[in-house]
Amino acid sequence: MDFPENLRYTKTHEWIAVQGTKAKVGVTEYAQKEISDVVFVELPKMGQVVQQAKMAAVVESVKAAFDIYAPVSGKITNANKALESNPALINQSPYAEGWIFELELSSPAELGTLMTAAQYHEAVQQAPKH
Amino acid sequence: MLISLDDRLSFEKSKPGRRAVSLPKGRFSDGDSLRSIPKGLLRQTSIGFPELSEPDIVRHFINLSRKNFSVDTHFYPLGSCTMKYNPKVNEWAARQEKFTALHPLQSDATVQGMLQILWELEEGLKEISGMDRFTLQPAAGAHGELTGMMLVRAYHAAHGGPTRTKVLVPDSSHGTNPASAALFGYHVVEIKSNSHGCVDLEDLKQHLDEHVACLMLTNPNTLGLFEKNILEITKLVHQHGGLLYYDGANLNPLLGIARPGDMGFDIIHINLHKTFSTPHGGGGPGAGPVGVKKHLIPFLPGPLVEQTKKGYAWASHSSQSIGRVKLFHGNVGVMIRAYAYLKTLGKEGLRKVSEAAILNANYMKEMLKDTFRVATQGPCMHEFVLSLKSFAAQGVHAGDVGKRLLDFGFHAPTVHFPLVVPEALMIEPTETEARETLDLFIEAMKEIAREIVTDPEKVKTAPHTLPVRRPNDVLAARKPILSYRDQVREKVLLAEAAA
Amino acid sequence: MPYLSLTEEEKKSMLGEIGVRSFDELIKDIPVSLRDPKILLSPSLSEPEVQDLISKLGRKNTTTRDALSFLGAGSYEHFIPAAAIEIVGRQEFMTAYTPYQPEASQGTLQAIYEYQSLMTELTGLDVSNASHYDGATSLAEAALVALKHTDRLKLLVARSLHPHYRETIRTYLAGTPYKVEELGFDVKGNFNREELTAKLDASVAGVIFQTPNFFGNVEDLEGISEQLHANGSLMILTANPLSLGLFKSPGEWGADIAAGEGQPLGLSMEFGGPYLGYFVTTQALMRRIPGRLAGLTEDADGKRAFCLTLQAREQHIRRERASSNICSNQALCALAACAYMTLLGKKGIREIAEINWDRANYLRQKISKLKNFEVDSGSIIFNEFRVKSKKPFARIEEKLMAQGIFPGVALELFYPELKDQFLVCATETKSKEALDRFVEALAKC
Repeated sequence: MDFPENLRYTKTHEWIAVQGTKAKVGVTEYAQKEISDVVFVELPKMGQVVQQAKMAAVVESVKAAFDIYAPVSGKITNANKALESNPALINQSPYAEGWIFELELSSPAELGTLMTAAQYHEAVQQAPKH
Repeated sequence: MLISLDDRLSFEKSKPGRRAVSLPKGRFSDGDSLRSIPKGLLRQTSIGFPELSEPDIVRHFINLSRKNFSVDTHFYPLGSCTMKYNPKVNEWAARQEKFTALHPLQSDATVQGMLQILWELEEGLKEISGMDRFTLQPAAGAHGELTGMMLVRAYHAAHGGPTRTKVLVPDSSHGTNPASAALFGYHVVEIKSNSHGCVDLEDLKQHLDEHVACLMLTNPNTLGLFEKNILEITKLVHQHGGLLYYDGANLNPLLGIARPGDMGFDIIHINLHKTFSTPHGGGGPGAGPVGVKKHLIPFLPGPLVEQTKKGYAWASHSSQSIGRVKLFHGNVGVMIRAYAYLKTLGKEGLRKVSEAAILNANYMKEMLKDTFRVATQGPCMHEFVLSLKSFAAQGVHAGDVGKRLLDFGFHAPTVHFPLVVPEALMIEPTETEARETLDLFIEAMKEIAREIVTDPEKVKTAPHTLPVRRPNDVLAARKPILSYRDQVREKVLLAEAAA
Repeated sequence: MPYLSLTEEEKKSMLGEIGVRSFDELIKDIPVSLRDPKILLSPSLSEPEVQDLISKLGRKNTTTRDALSFLGAGSYEHFIPAAAIEIVGRQEFMTAYTPYQPEASQGTLQAIYEYQSLMTELTGLDVSNASHYDGATSLAEAALVALKHTDRLKLLVARSLHPHYRETIRTYLAGTPYKVEELGFDVKGNFNREELTAKLDASVAGVIFQTPNFFGNVEDLEGISEQLHANGSLMILTANPLSLGLFKSPGEWGADIAAGEGQPLGLSMEFGGPYLGYFVTTQALMRRIPGRLAGLTEDADGKRAFCLTLQAREQHIRRERASSNICSNQALCALAACAYMTLLGKKGIREIAEINWDRANYLRQKISKLKNFEVDSGSIIFNEFRVKSKKPFARIEEKLMAQGIFPGVALELFYPELKDQFLVCATETKSKEALDRFVEALAKC
């Protein structure tokens, strides 16, 4: 499975790409496989304040609804509207077209609590197989 | 194409000018008085109902009915749903014009027979469950739970004390339990099951404090096990000032054997459409009467039926009542059916029902235990859970076995529930099935187990004998088409795109 | 017990095959102190005895067929086509479960889909659910949708809305942070526009109106949706579905949600239930709909197929975060409404609305000429209207009941200020002779 080196990861299978004080968030390749066919994404509202490890969006398959947690705290500056008409982008391209939201970091120090690609890879290896 | 396989909608069979129902021609008010209605109030758009003759319509719907599995045509071993036989005398009773033609706001004196039925049904439910009073208003189990949570809230509010914000539910509970509690802002806390599948007492103790409003419990639980520590569980919760709610979805094996009221429950709902044999109607209507112990009676929704010297009468709400939870008096037609059933059962029938339900379930479990892994140990109550995890290597899921069973003429068991068992198949035969039927089902299950090894594709792509096969639910959810209007709109869009 | 199949011999042999000596071994987990409770129930009856009992109890009732009834107020006496009764009586529909296995439930699923389609046609809105419990609970859910969708705290409810609906909404919202405020009505019984304008502030999530309202008046809602939407509030409308054959639909009024009671669509009065809660809304609110939805899709072989869809909103998947806790609904009642609407067809739905309008208007004209009764002939009504008696209504009711007439619903029960006023309903079930007989009886009061 592909876990790009330039990203940081959470235990709950989100990735974050930081650029200055802003960051893009999505779910990992592992998560999109677990979720299976995404049928709907409930995006956060613009300007919404989110906290680290708290729910920021919901990704639905036909059989389940998965909470997407904010990897770090911040304020939502953008959401991927393309997912509204084409939620399958999360399955097809989890790290690029399938990004979910963008936020303005409020506590950049929180980034230190996230995993590197190598650490995440190891965590996924240990996860129970379904 | 066979007419019976015609899958067109009524809308697609419509021909302008066809009529079914004929209505009176005469008008009594002055001829042109319809014109007195201001144009601004009149409907301007046409109503796109189909135009068909009566025989067209009857054939349309009867052929639709033939595409269904039902209790009257098939064995339906759906766990936790109690798909028992729906007695026909119940239907006969509910169809009597002496009940169907009653207006809900008629004066008490004109509905004495009706009120007597509601009163006696309540008396029967009280006896069977060990509770002190029932409201018959709730329309279904989940509606009963909602009513129960309102009672919990009202009770704690009236008794002051600490703010109680938590509702505890076992991780094996029905989805309606947490959903009902959360509707009122309760924080839902899941209690773990222990290795036997029952409430983990240690985990329960850890979550018990002065913030607990209620514990919601199904007993027997969704694994088909009786919570053998039930008396300790209810005592512990009461010690911390919490209330106990009994989800009556699985009451069927306890008739005449044990009563939730005696176990220490404060509030319970009973699904008349499960234990009391009323039909499921393709999803409803049911009825979910809610019973309470004495200390909660003042909070019940009103009005309640009372027996007075002058006969039966509606008594107004107490001042502490949570208020009405429904229009009029609840799903009365369902109550009439349940009443007829109660009269047929009588005192001596109760236990026979539960004994046969338990016996049938244990027999099936025993016959299947060498082929499939049973999720629990020892005897079960009215239902049991198999896990298909041992067939993971073949890539066959519980849902696939359910679909393949349809080819053998059996409805699928409840699949992938309870969530605590991977690849769960939850089987509830009910008391009304004959041993021959159980044996045929057992044979089918064994045959499918063989197929999983020899021809897993056959199972994974089942069913092979029904009008449709594996409707694409991903497509349905990604691009919802929920009405004929949506279909027409979709067609126009496609045509535009093509042009 | 006529519904059990196991013989005594079979029971014995099954216990042996299970490997236990007695039944009690199977229930050993039940504490002994709980077992064998004393239950006071009458002895089991045979089927002829049950039928006899039911008939006897039935005879203690005076039905709206035994008497001449003008009761309405949320439950209506209508003609039900025999074909509709036969269709609903099909046990393949009646004894089926919720269509979670689509291959085994195409009949129920297509019928629900057709019901949804008919309801969108009738209301002029985009998406209908598969049914809710009844008008009151459906409207309470609509209130919750508005509160959650707008993230606001207050709801305005016209006091001319059915009293049971208002009470149910209050019960649902009690103890939550949400508040309900009522909008009064004018002398005619129509909702008060000035009060709406005064109360419509930034905290209002939605406003609930009924048309025809509880007093039978068809409300003029011109400009209301614009006013509400400009304030960021939703418009929720409950309408007698049969009236929509003649009067403006919720869609035409610009409503966001139409939620209410579908009993007039082919369901008998049955002392108040089972009825049919309808819930129809716009595309924008689709994901917030409570309860089940049937959708059209394709099967694995590319054939047309129906299935339940958007289930991730529901309690069996989202548990404590579901849009509603509803599970069982009123599917068979939706089937009844579906058969009824299909049988009426495009022309019939308009005709039946006209006939209802005609019967009620004829009766109102006649009553307006009586000296002891007053009606407001200027109000636009559908099939019921308010009558003011100059004498105590209780006495009039008593006199008419003695002649086998149920004159109507006393409004004082619900509105203490409306003393000696009553609500009279006349549907297509009333012949001219019946209406005239009622008027003559009133004239003698």
